[in-house]
Amino acid sequence: MVRTPPVVWRSRVHRYRLVGSKCKSCGEVYYPKIFSCPCGGEAEEVELPKVGRLISYSVVYAVDEESRDRSPVIVGLIDLGVTRLVGEIVDVTPEEVKSGMHVEAVFRRIGEAGERGVIVYGLKFRPVM
Amino acid sequence: MSRVESSVGIHGWGAYVPRARLPMSEIAREWGWSEHQWKALGMIEKAVAAFDEDSTTMGVEAALNAIKRAGVRGEEIGAVFFGSESKPYAVKPSATIIAEALGITPITMASDLEFACRAASEGMRASIGLIASGMLKYTLVVGSDTAQASPGDVLEFTASSGAAAFVLGRAEGAAAVFEGSFTYVTDTPDFWRREGAPYPSHGEGFTGEPAYFKHITEAVKGLLGELGLRPSDFSYAVFHQPNGKFPVRVGEMLGFRQEQMKVGLVTPQIGNTYNGSALIGLSRVLDHAKAGERILVAPFGSGAGSDAYSIVVTEAIEERRGRAPSVDHYIKNKRNISYSEYVKMRRILVK
Repeated sequence: MVRTPPVVWRSRVHRYRLVGSKCKSCGEVYYPKIFSCPCGGEAEEVELPKVGRLISYSVVYAVDEESRDRSPVIVGLIDLGVTRLVGEIVDVTPEEVKSGMHVEAVFRRIGEAGERGVIVYGLKFRPVM
Repeated sequence: MSRVESSVGIHGWGAYVPRARLPMSEIAREWGWSEHQWKALGMIEKAVAAFDEDSTTMGVEAALNAIKRAGVRGEEIGAVFFGSESKPYAVKPSATIIAEALGITPITMASDLEFACRAASEGMRASIGLIASGMLKYTLVVGSDTAQASPGDVLEFTASSGAAAFVLGRAEGAAAVFEGSFTYVTDTPDFWRREGAPYPSHGEGFTGEPAYFKHITEAVKGLLGELGLRPSDFSYAVFHQPNGKFPVRVGEMLGFRQEQMKVGLVTPQIGNTYNGSALIGLSRVLDHAKAGERILVAPFGSGAGSDAYSIVVTEAIEERRGRAPSVDHYIKNKRNISYSEYVKMRRILVK
């Protein structure tokens, strides 16, 4: 993940508020944002629903170096109704997580550019409160 | 003549408490403390922020709850005040991150305030002035901390994580209205953290009488004197809660009864959330209070100072309550952790 200030800054609203794209012609919704739909239509920005259902997940133990201190990490495929996306599932243990769970978006730290660089914030998902 | 405070009210309130709880017995076992040492603090367990949480992320969630209750749009908010002593960046405001996440940017004031545990409360007093003057329609005040404590220090029993937030606006349509406010500050070295130091230092016994008790009693007496009210005029009293014992003792010193303090006392279950401490207590009171009831709130910050507020609940509170999770919902949604998991989550693992 590139964590230079311009990259982190440019995508902040998409990460903070779950802003994706909707095709003006066919109505297909995408996350992350796209500039033009495969159908050829023009895409516009839309804020996606913040609640969804966990379709499936993986408990990842062989994590990258940055995530080693918080291993294991749970990664899930989430159905938001309008589209699906892959996101991290938090506030749940590997024993508690279940496919079919209702989940909601929650604002968390996604990473940081070392000890002195920028902190990247964005949305993850947790079981609905 | 009515006071300026009476033209300002709380439109929405919200809290956030992370899910993990570290029982006191875990800390005592690790460091060899005896049971009576933590029982004397009136503590049961404390809330611990997850690895990917900090005062900014917790502030976002509390603020989101406050905005849901207030029913306002992000762009209607004209100031974001963030009070914390555990800022993720030494230089770079958390207030702008919160404002951006909640759709309040770009036409807004935004700043991080520092005054140990009462920074957010200063934001509340400033908001009263900004709204009463007609300069702003709504403000967002957020108090949030992932309180640091040196491992093995007695502070480790209480230093915890949590946040509270309030949307303030004109008194019309508010869930609760301010009656008065009063601030008392002096230069008192009871607790501090030097620039670059990872953990705070404290003046041991000095944190009590000349700091906590002196400033809160002076602020509350000052407020009651100005308003011509007595402790018996209040249904609830909430004080800063560095542990489970101090707030009860300061309340009794001022003439409040235990029943008035019970609802707002959250530290025994979640720990001292610093800027969240008295304000999560206030949120819990607002989760329970009925129209016409009067609330006294007195946050305290080391260094040192205290604010006292008198707040009267209105009928609008009922419809706001169910719009976001209550403090009790967060308190009950918990998972107990071990000391080693705490070390991992709070990034104090030494490699």
